[in-house]
Amino acid sequence: MTREICVATVLAVAILATAAAFPAASAQVANTEVKIDEFAFAPQRVTVKAGTTVIWINDDDIPHTVASSSKLFKSKALDTKDKFSFTFTTPGTYEYFCSLHPHMTGTIVVETGSTAAQ
Amino acid sequence: MTSEHDDGRGVSRRKILECMTWAGTGVLWTIAGGMPRSMGIIGEAAAAEAGGLTFLQISDSHVGFDKPANPNALGTLEEAVGKIKALRMKPSFIIHTGDITHLSKPSEFDDADRIISQTQLDVHYVPGEHDVLDEDVKLYRNRYGRGTKGAGWYSFDANGVHFIGFVNVVDLKAGGLGNLGNEQLEWLEDDLKGRRASTPIVVFAHIPLWSVYPAWGWGTEDAARALDYLKRFGSVTVLNGHIHQIMQKVEGNVTFHTAMSTAFPQPAPGAAPSPGPMKVADDKLRSLLGVTDVTFKRGQQRLAIIDQPLQR
Repeated sequence: MTREICVATVLAVAILATAAAFPAASAQVANTEVKIDEFAFAPQRVTVKAGTTVIWINDDDIPHTVASSSKLFKSKALDTKDKFSFTFTTPGTYEYFCSLHPHMTGTIVVETGSTAAQ
Repeated sequence: MTSEHDDGRGVSRRKILECMTWAGTGVLWTIAGGMPRSMGIIGEAAAAEAGGLTFLQISDSHVGFDKPANPNALGTLEEAVGKIKALRMKPSFIIHTGDITHLSKPSEFDDADRIISQTQLDVHYVPGEHDVLDEDVKLYRNRYGRGTKGAGWYSFDANGVHFIGFVNVVDLKAGGLGNLGNEQLEWLEDDLKGRRASTPIVVFAHIPLWSVYPAWGWGTEDAARALDYLKRFGSVTVLNGHIHQIMQKVEGNVTFHTAMSTAFPQPAPGAAPSPGPMKVADDKLRSLLGVTDVTFKRGQQRLAIIDQPLQR
């Protein structure tokens, strides 16, 4: 189980690193993972290209939700190991929180796909 | 056993356990003129001798929880109910301060009802955040919401004591804490109108109404307004759950008390990276779970809160 999480984290980091280093490649469909662990979203702030699908996975023993502060998206209650995903198509800054434990907050920054990166 | 000695954390855990055991033997708190005095350690016999109104608080049964901190939360709820059935002095009723279920599933509500109804006592519920996972709070309200306002708040009277059940787990705001909301607060102001200041008040809600530890969300955003409406009353007792451990604070005429869970313990504020379920040694679990027994002595503004662990 721990190994799976490690692999997933490495992959997520690799995807982020790739997107940052090679902006041209981000025109392709990309996924980014946000872990919910110890009552926190990790990483708390994520920057992605438009068109990226963000996948949240709950690693806690307690259910959490992923709720957009502007009501753009809201997951059902995610039990342990449940996932929720949302594809961000429009550039902007998206704040979200856990509607059950609202001190848990996170931010997704969506940048323009091909043009914004110079 | 050995784990209690192997690191610095073991010491504080043992200390906590000692405190819990001490609380479990029963400490009688007397409120007279707003000043609490500990009357010393008492046993169940003394509680049974107290006249007036006795009721029980149970909390955070989390029916459906099956993770390592307690693989059988339904079983420990059953044990708690067994203790209630065995009480020598039958309480007048039970209040349940929320998180009846873990995931708001109909089957979990069914299981909770099946076990708790064995007490053959009236139960006054308020929801925890785990009971309102369906968007429109239908599952909770269909079962327990009859005669309540809004998301399920209400008041009732028993033996001259006025009871107020609050909902502070819905419509929570990003970055915030528990929330009562304007509609509920206006209702409270109206509910208290014309009541004599000598009326003992018991307020119960899931999330603590005082700032226990805001970094973990353990507090209620707009509780100060509710407490402002209550400040003219000579005896106010606030009973909460949510934090799965006993905590008490006295501020003027107000006594705040949180109950143990019947499902799993949670760490002391800041004692762990997060407030998640705390795994303890199997033989210690039941000393950290339990119910709370509350007694009023009529005419004396007397209040006794006794926490009863499943196992001493």
